[in-house]
Amino acid sequence: MKALVEFIAKSLVDHPDEVSVTEIESDHELICQITVAEQDMGRIIGKQGRIAKAIRTVTKAAATKKGIKVQVNILE
Amino acid sequence: MKSVEIVARSVDEAVQEGLTKLDTTMDEVDISVLEEGSKGIFGFIGSKSARVRLEHKPTIKWKTRIATEYVVKLLEHMDINADCTVKVQDEGNIALDLSGDNLGLLIGRRGQTLDALQYLISTVTNREGGEWVRVIIDIEGYRSRREETLKALAQRLAAKVRATGRRIALDPMNALERRVVHSELQGQDGIETHSEGRDPFRRVIILPKK
Repeated sequence: MKALVEFIAKSLVDHPDEVSVTEIESDHELICQITVAEQDMGRIIGKQGRIAKAIRTVTKAAATKKGIKVQVNILE
Repeated sequence: MKSVEIVARSVDEAVQEGLTKLDTTMDEVDISVLEEGSKGIFGFIGSKSARVRLEHKPTIKWKTRIATEYVVKLLEHMDINADCTVKVQDEGNIALDLSGDNLGLLIGRRGQTLDALQYLISTVTNREGGEWVRVIIDIEGYRSRREETLKALAQRLAAKVRATGRRIALDPMNALERRVVHSELQGQDGIETHSEGRDPFRRVIILPKK
């Protein structure tokens, strides 16, 4: 999942080098945490969180295919 | 690749090399000459290389290429095999159709996943600058089938409203789908339509005309 989330995040921001994604595994789900450059927060969240929501929806679809549950968080 | 910088013996040579590298034609790029270069004396003493920079113009052709390449890479990262064909590529519109096995997953409940995918692709494509383009992604004709379903549903419910004289609220839909319902029922006798609520719960209401 990490590669997918990282790919999407990098495609949206102005500073792709400053994108990092960490995966935290718990017993029932996978948590992907995205950090981006401060100036890129708007790009990754979008108007009324539309981009963030789209990232979550697409990631969840990919996770469903693998039979896992995933949660995507954007860290400030 | 959006732009390249090429160093060659002459400007012409550098431009040609750049066009090959970008796999494009002269009218699709902006060219800036960074260094003219000179032949020098006898062709070698004091000769200087030419340096040029070629950058894709944000034309519809280029944006379609961005969109297509992005979809393919995104699906690769999702471990999904699909073919992407360009259906429409004109001023202001790009329509792509995906086909492959088990793409139901990509459509999601009522097309939610497809809409999310489309939103990401549209955002990335329009980052290139130039005129804003509408990007529509379809999966094996899902959107057109859904449109037919919506039109039929609209007609059925309109008949019901006329018969009972009571208003009916449809399920929440996105703007595109609501528009299909509104335009299908526009100008029909005895009923009118409007939308209520806020996205993502905004829904069409069909009510008897006063």
